[in-house]
Formats: sequence, C-alpha cells, structure tokens
Amino acid sequence: MTRYVGRRLLELVPVAFGVLLVVFVISHLTPADPVLVILGEHASPATVERLRAQLRLNDPLPVQFVRYLGGVLHGDLGRSIKQNERVTVQLATRFPATFELTITAMLIASLVGILTGVVAAARQNSWFDAVSMFAALVGFSMPIFWLGIMLILLFAWYLGWVPISGRLDYTIELTRITNFYLLDALLTRNWAALGNAARHLILPAVTLSTVPLAIIARMTRSSLLEVLRQDYVRTARAKGLAERIVVMRHALKNAFIPVVTVIGLNVGSLLGGAILTETIFAWPGMGRLVVDAIFARDYPVVQGTVLVIALLFVVVNLLVDLSYAFLDPRIRYG
Amino acid sequence: MNQRVARLAWPVIIVIVWFMLAPTSSVGAPMSSSWDAKACGRVGGTLVFAQADDPDGLDPHEVTDGFSVNNVSNVFDTLVRFTADSTQVEPSLAESWTVSADNLVWTFKLRKGVKFHDGTPFNAEAVKFNFERQTVEKHPYHPRAVGYADFTFQNVKSVDVVDESTVRWNLTAPYAPFITNQAMFATGIVSPTAVKQYGQDFFKHPVGTGPFKFVEWIQKDHVTYEANRDYFAGRPCVDRLIVRTIPDNTVRLLEMERGTVHIMIGVNPPDYNRIRSNAELVLFTGAGLNTGYVSMNTEVAPFSDRRVRQAINHAIDRSALVNAFYGGVGIPAKNPLPPTIWGYADKVQAYEYSVDKAKKLLAEAGFANGLTTELWWPNRARPYLTQPQKIAEALQAQLAMAGIQAKLVTYDWGTYLSKLRNGEDPMAIIGWIGDNGDPDNFLYALLDKDNAIRGKAQNYAFYKSDAVHRLLIQAQRVGDQATRAQLYEQAQQIIHRDAPWAPLVHASRVSAYRKDAQNYLYHPLEITWLHRVWLTK
Repeated sequence: MTRYVGRRLLELVPVAFGVLLVVFVISHLTPADPVLVILGEHASPATVERLRAQLRLNDPLPVQFVRYLGGVLHGDLGRSIKQNERVTVQLATRFPATFELTITAMLIASLVGILTGVVAAARQNSWFDAVSMFAALVGFSMPIFWLGIMLILLFAWYLGWVPISGRLDYTIELTRITNFYLLDALLTRNWAALGNAARHLILPAVTLSTVPLAIIARMTRSSLLEVLRQDYVRTARAKGLAERIVVMRHALKNAFIPVVTVIGLNVGSLLGGAILTETIFAWPGMGRLVVDAIFARDYPVVQGTVLVIALLFVVVNLLVDLSYAFLDPRIRYG
Repeated sequence: MNQRVARLAWPVIIVIVWFMLAPTSSVGAPMSSSWDAKACGRVGGTLVFAQADDPDGLDPHEVTDGFSVNNVSNVFDTLVRFTADSTQVEPSLAESWTVSADNLVWTFKLRKGVKFHDGTPFNAEAVKFNFERQTVEKHPYHPRAVGYADFTFQNVKSVDVVDESTVRWNLTAPYAPFITNQAMFATGIVSPTAVKQYGQDFFKHPVGTGPFKFVEWIQKDHVTYEANRDYFAGRPCVDRLIVRTIPDNTVRLLEMERGTVHIMIGVNPPDYNRIRSNAELVLFTGAGLNTGYVSMNTEVAPFSDRRVRQAINHAIDRSALVNAFYGGVGIPAKNPLPPTIWGYADKVQAYEYSVDKAKKLLAEAGFANGLTTELWWPNRARPYLTQPQKIAEALQAQLAMAGIQAKLVTYDWGTYLSKLRNGEDPMAIIGWIGDNGDPDNFLYALLDKDNAIRGKAQNYAFYKSDAVHRLLIQAQRVGDQATRAQLYEQAQQIIHRDAPWAPLVHASRVSAYRKDAQNYLYHPLEITWLHRVWLTK
C-alpha cells in the first residue's frame, strides 16, 4: 500500500512539468504585454522596454521556461509582475481562503447530498424522491451569480442574520498565522473572530455547494438504486433483514464508489477557484487571483496558481482512489 | 516742505524695497486651502469607503490604476494640490513658488515643520530624493515599475536643494503644465527613511506626510488607515479610514444600504433610482473628466478622406447612446475636451445627427453605395464606455442606417491598446480619462503629430496637423492661462473641422454615499480625498 501511494505521489512530477509547460506556452503566446498593462498609458516606450528587459521577458521562451523551472525546484515561484510580491506569498494568503470555502462547501454538499440521495433511493418514487430530485435539477441549473445575490438579499440584507460579504469584519482583530481564519481563531482562542468568520462563511459556502450538492444527490440516488437491484441485496432482504440494515450496512458502501469519485472531481474543480462566488461575496480567494492575473498577463501568478491547483487535483484523486480500497474490499493496491 | 517729504520717505522706501525683494515673476500663494474651509462637524469614528478592486500597491511612484490612487492620495501629499472642487492647483507641501523670467526655473518654498509619519522631517533633500528615485535608473531605490514619471516630469532636467526649505526645479523647456503635474498623485512625496528601510517592500509599507497613516493591508479585502493627528493642514475628521474591496457593484450598494459602508464608487445605472429614492443615501453625479470617442485611422482609406470622417460624425446619435447606456447622466460630446476643463471650446458647433447629411458626404467621397469597414471595441468596461459590446452594437446599427457596414472586432484590453498603437484598426472605440485637468493632457497626448508614431502612438487616429501642432506647442510654453485657453480654442476648431474623431460622450462621474458622511465631494478628477469627511454618528 505504501509503495502504491509512493508510486502515485511520484506522478506529481510529470503532472507538474506538463502543466507548467502547457500554461507557460499558452500564456506567453497570447498577445498583449504585461509590462504595458502595469505601466499604463503614460510610460514612455523607453521605460516599457527597460522594464521588459529587467524582467527578462525578451529572452527566448525556452530560456525563460528553464529559468522558471529552476526556480520552482527551489521553491521559488517567481514574483508577480503586477505587484512585485512573491507568488508564494500571494498564494499563502489566497489559497487558504479558497480552501476554507471549498472544504465547507463540499462538506455541506456531501452530507446533505448523500443524505438526500440515500433517502430518495430508499423511498424511490415517493414524494420526497420527486421533490428532492427536482430541487437538485433546479439547483444544478441555477446560475451561481444570481443565487448568490438572492441569498444575500434575503438572509443578509433583509433578515440581517449574516453579513453581506467578505471573510471577516474589519472591526475584528485576528492574528493571522495560517490564514485559515477558523483555524487561526481556534489557535489563538479568539472566539469573537471564530464566530464572525464562521458567519461570513455560511452564505458563500451554501451558494458554492448547490451545484455539487445536486450532482452528489442524484449520483448517490442512482448509484444506490443500482446497488439495491443486486442479487446480494435481494438475498439480504430474503434473509429477513430490516430494510434499514440492508441499505445502511450492505448497500451503501458499494454505492459510494461513484459518489466518492464525483466528490473528488468536484473538490478539484472548486479548488480551482470558485470565481463567481468569490466575486459576489468579495471572498479573497484563488479564483479571483488567477482570473485577475490572466487579464493582466501576470505569467508567474498564472503559472504558480495553476500549478498548485493541478497538484492538488492529483492529491485529491489519489485520496479518492485510496478510499476505494476502504469502501470495496475487493479492491486492493499492491 | 522737508517735513512732508520726510514723512513720505519711509513708506516710499518700504515700497521700493518690497518691490526689489519681490520675485521676477511670481505665482501667488493664497493663505488658506480650499480644503481647510470644510470644517469637521464632529471628530472621531471610522469611515468606510468601498470600491471594486484592491490597490495594486501603495507606492505612489508605481501605481497607475484608480483603485490604488484612491488609497495613496490619502497617505501622501504633493508639492501642490488640486483644490477641493476643481483642477486648479493650490499650495500643499510647498507654500509658494516662483518662476524665472525665461520660464525654465521653478523655485518652491517648502512648508516648515512638516514630518513624515515615521518622524523623518520633510525638507528639500526629501523632495530631491523623491524626484531622483523615480527618474534615475540606477538609483538604489528606483521602484521596479514607474508608470507616470515620464509624464509628470517631462521637460524637467534636474532638481537642486537651495536650502532646507527651498527647492529649485530646472526645466529643459518652458512647460506650463509642469505645475499641474506636481499636483498629481504620482508625485506624492515618500519618506526617504522608509524607502531605505523597506526597499522592495515599500509598496506595502507606505509612509508619507498625508492625513492618514497606514496601519495594515489585508489583501483583496481592505486597507486600514488611522488619522495623522499632526497633519499640517489639520487632523482628518475621522479617527480611522477603511478602504474596502467589494468587486460586485450591487453587493457594494447593499452593504451601503445596511450601513456597513459609508461611501462608494461604481454604481450600476439601473440602481440610480434605487439610491435616489432611499432617504438615507445620496447619489452624486457630476461632469466627468473623460471623453469616449471613435478614433478613425486618418492614414488609411476610407478614413483618410475628411468627408467620410465627417459623415461618421453625422451618422451617430449621441443622445440616444447617453440615454441608453449612461443612465441619462452623460454628456454628448462635440470636442475632445470635456466641458469640465478650462479651455473647452463651447463655441464649436456640434455635428448634427443627420443620416441624410452623412449619406450626402459619403456620396461626395465616392461612396454613394455605402462602404464596408470594421468597428473595433475594447473588451473592458471603462468609465467612458460603460457597456462596450452593447455600445459597439448600437453604433454599428446607427452607422448601418447611413449605409456604412461595420464589422465588429474586439480584443482584450492589453491587446487592444497594442494594436491601436500600431494603427492596425480602421475605426476604433476608445477613450481618455484626464490626469491633471490640463487641456494639454488631452489635446497634445491624443491629437498632436508628435504622438502619432506607430508602435508608440497615443494619437490613435494618427492625425498630423501642423497647424494644431503649432498651437499646442505654443500653449505649452505660455504661462498665462487666458492665452493658453485661446490657443486651445483655436486648436479645437481645427480639430473639429478635420474630424479625426467622432467624439461620443463625456461620462459623468457617479458616486453614492450615506447621509451620515458629511462634506463628501466626488472630485472632478475622480479621486477620493477623505480627510475632510466627518460622520454624524
């Protein structure tokens, strides 16, 4: 098992290289000049040239790529062109924001989604089944942008139960250690900050969870229905076991395999940056970071962010695959 | 007789000595600032200002975007500053200044006793340091990307320290807009000590002389400032200032309605009435310092023919555009200059909206059966171009009525500007936001033949008129504003006749704020200086 995990982790290397190569080529081949974007329209052509030379953007692409790779191997992702800040520093503040949001959204989506799917499958064709699957369809089709604003209007603006936007009120003092606000609040026993950060997290997490929730609910339902048709389940029922035991003990674990796959894929894509949710809720995450960087042709930031996302994707997929072994004893990794 | 003469002697002597000591040619120094006139009704509290994006940095010598400018303008002072409600300049860190007779040497007397937020004294050496930091490539503290120095210090050769509170600027040529440029945010005076201490990280540790001191910056969330109680022009009314980043215009408005934000910029036109009908809020609209226009490539057919260009001007219904896309609060444009700038040629007769006149001119130019061309539009909303795609489509439809088939072409902002500079477009929608309220900033930059060089042009129309050039250069050298205004008026008449552009609209500047925030005025330059705003609760 350890060797398997080790082998899979080695996969990170070719993935990293491949991703960097593709992103590097695409971003550098798109026209428009990052230097012109930062300097604006008032800088003289001489100034523009000088900065471009200083950033060594005139070097041939392969040379720039090799230099960048060398930096990455030393843990240096370069400096943002737009802000002259190290990319690692930027990621250190922005990634935790996205991670917190994504994990919370996926927790909501998974728990509620699986529960809904299980009940819907167990009570197939009941009113609950029909209503919940319809709701899932609606949730899946609803534009996040619109849903986010509707939730804000109702719960934040009208009812005032939660704040409208942001991660933390500026009035709250919080010592930022990891930049995971919930964690930092716990570490510093700052209960006011914990409560405040949690309240800020609710609406964006719920908004972000709607699409994965819908997918997970439907997936769970269909997968469970599939399993419930299996012979061994019929046998279990024939043995006289209560339906609840049949579903929970015998059918569920097997039904989970496709569900876990879907969860993994969704985590990966959400980590990529829930740009729309982050924009609506003024959530300072990686989605906005990478989109802003793309428009500003901020190559190091784009490369660094995409690299981190890709590597995370690989790790998440590995965890998903490992969970198969736990869920289905027939699957073993050598 | 001797007695009477004797009694006159002293006054006469004093007057003579007074005139001897007077400078060769002087520009005045009013005793108090237009800003000082705004008193604080109440001192204290935390003011929250919200805008769509975070600053790129807090180093005034590097930043170029409006969001950063709104931040740095509250932390740094300049030698002179814009008055509270116009683009005229008045003393700030400099108490007074004089110009030599040949207009080449400007001598500033600096205010005494001013300190930077870190306690460093402000003096002539600091001014010289600031100038050299931006302009000398090899300066040890030269910022990585200096966007404005080429513009703000154009025609400046060197800066000399005369004594601790006197600085002398030596120009290479007489240049009237020089003084206005010294009011721009980009010439903000930074603390030399802090620059030496923070080096490359100065952009996140700004230290100036301004009304607000930097406290902390939570990226993409907010920047916190506290009042500089020793500010030379009087402490700001509030104790703390928070500049928040809220990307979505609607969400920002909702926050303001709930009272968590006091002042905001960036309002969706459909929300204007919502704000107006809310008793707690105020919608501020004022003339903007910008022009949205269609630039026509005068070096390429068919736009090399003036009649075609004039036809385009007749074919566009500017009022319809203003009503449809600018919430009715823009001004249809007839000149490159916006009406807010002195020197605006009001006497120019706008090209009347007339499809018939357009067709007639086209026929005269040989296009009786219409013509086919491209209309380029930038894929980025700008203040003067609120909904780029829709406006482009509307223009396309208007032109089609006059027999002009224009294919729409678009690129993202960076690419768009590059291509326009190269003259790759026949006709393009673009605009300009004034930096310093000087007509030179518009006319010379955008319509003088000096700036019509492929690859570098900001004169996207590549309009080369010797007559206009002569007028604009002369206006740069003359110090007296009335004369300059006349020269600019003549230039605008010629430009209007030659029609290298079809000016579209001057978007109004719009801002919204809560009534609890008093003394707030959205400056014509669209920069938010907040030190005189006070909170009723």
